[in-house]
Amino acid sequence: MTAIEGEIDTRVEVDWPAYRSTQLRCPRRPLVPLPERFRDLAGPVFGDGVLETADEDLTRHGQGEPLGERIVVQGRVLDEDGRPIPHALVEVWQANAAGRYLHDRDRHPAPLDPNFTGAGRCLTDAEGRYRFVTVKPGAYPWGNHENAWRPAHIHFSLFGRQFVQRLVTQMYFPGDPLFRYDPIFQSVRDPRAQQLLVARFDIDVTEPEWALGYTWDIVLGRGSGATPPDVD
Amino acid sequence: MPPTTPSQTVGPFYSIGLSRRPENELVPSGVRLHGRLLDGEGAGIDGMIELWDARAGRWGRSGTDADGGFEFVVAKPEPFPGEAPRLDVYVFARGLLMHQLTRVYFPDEAGANAADPVLSQLPADDRATLVAVPEDGALRFDIRMQGDRATVFFAV
Repeated sequence: MTAIEGEIDTRVEVDWPAYRSTQLRCPRRPLVPLPERFRDLAGPVFGDGVLETADEDLTRHGQGEPLGERIVVQGRVLDEDGRPIPHALVEVWQANAAGRYLHDRDRHPAPLDPNFTGAGRCLTDAEGRYRFVTVKPGAYPWGNHENAWRPAHIHFSLFGRQFVQRLVTQMYFPGDPLFRYDPIFQSVRDPRAQQLLVARFDIDVTEPEWALGYTWDIVLGRGSGATPPDVD
Repeated sequence: MPPTTPSQTVGPFYSIGLSRRPENELVPSGVRLHGRLLDGEGAGIDGMIELWDARAGRWGRSGTDADGGFEFVVAKPEPFPGEAPRLDVYVFARGLLMHQLTRVYFPDEAGANAADPVLSQLPADDRATLVAVPEDGALRFDIRMQGDRATVFFAV
C-alpha cells in the first residue's frame, strides 16, 4: 500500500537503521496479504475482571504518593470512522519522574521511587473515554547511539473490536526538545503523523490546585500500519 | 476520517505493564506449545507473543525469556469453514516498531492444511514455517524474524 498524496502517512518505518536493534529483528521479506475478510475477525474482549483496585491511578500504588509532577492523561479511543470504541482495554507503563523504570534491566543510574510501579490499565467507557492519573515520566538515556535520550513518554497498549485493531504505541508530551534526536519518534516519517503521538496540554482537564491535564485521542486503524519491507 | 495513531515499539520494559501475571494458558489443560523468538543471527529476542483463537474466544500472551523462549498451553481451535485450524499470532519486541502478524497451524491436519486458502498459496518452504512441529508430546513453533527460514508474516 502506498500513501495517498495529501493524506497523512501514519505508517512507521520498520526497517529503520537509525534505531539499531531493528536491523536484526524487522522482517526482510514482503508481507503476505491475507484475504480481506480477515479484517473483520473479532478480537479478544476483556471485562472488569482484568482490573484491580486503583489500576487507573498510578499515584496510588504505594504507601505514599510518588514524587514528580502529578498529571491527568485522558482521551478517547476511536475507530477509523471516528466512532468511539467502548470497553477497550487500555494498558500503560512508564518510567518514574526521574526517568527510571521498575525493571531489572533498566540500568539508568536514577532513583527508583518506592511509591511508583509505573503500570496502569482501564477499560474505555461507553463513549470510548479513558483516564489515568500518574506522574510525568522523565527522559532517560539509552544505548542506541552516543548521547541518546528518549523523550518523555508513556507506553500504551490497546485492543479494539477487531483483531487487526491491536495497537502498541507511545504517547509523548508537547514541545519536547528530544523529538528531533529520537530515532523511535522519527521512525514515523510524516511530521503530521508524528504529531498524532503527542498529547496536548488541556486546561479543561487540568484540575485546580492538583494536576496538569493532557488529552490524547487514539485512533485504531484496520489496515497496514507499517511501510512494506524493502525487498533485497 | 481521523488519521490512525502510528505504532511504536513495545520496548524493553513491556513486562511492567503487559506481563503482570501469567496469561499463557488459553485452556486449563491442553497441549504445550513452545518455541523461541529469534533474530537474523539466530539469537533469542526479548519480546512478547500473543495468541488468539477467534473461534473459541481464547486469548493469551507471554513474554520471552533470556533465550527468546516462550510457552503456552493451547487447544487446537475449531476451524473456520473451508480453512485449517490455526491460532493467530502477534509478535512484539524491542526493535520492532510495529507488531508482526503470523499464524500457527497444526501438524496433524495435513489434509486441511493442504486445502487452507492461505497456507496453500505459499511455497512449501514458507508453509513449513507456519506449521508447529510435534516434539515429545508438545508442539514446537519457533519464530524467525529474518534469514533463510524466516517465518512468514502477513499484511492486512
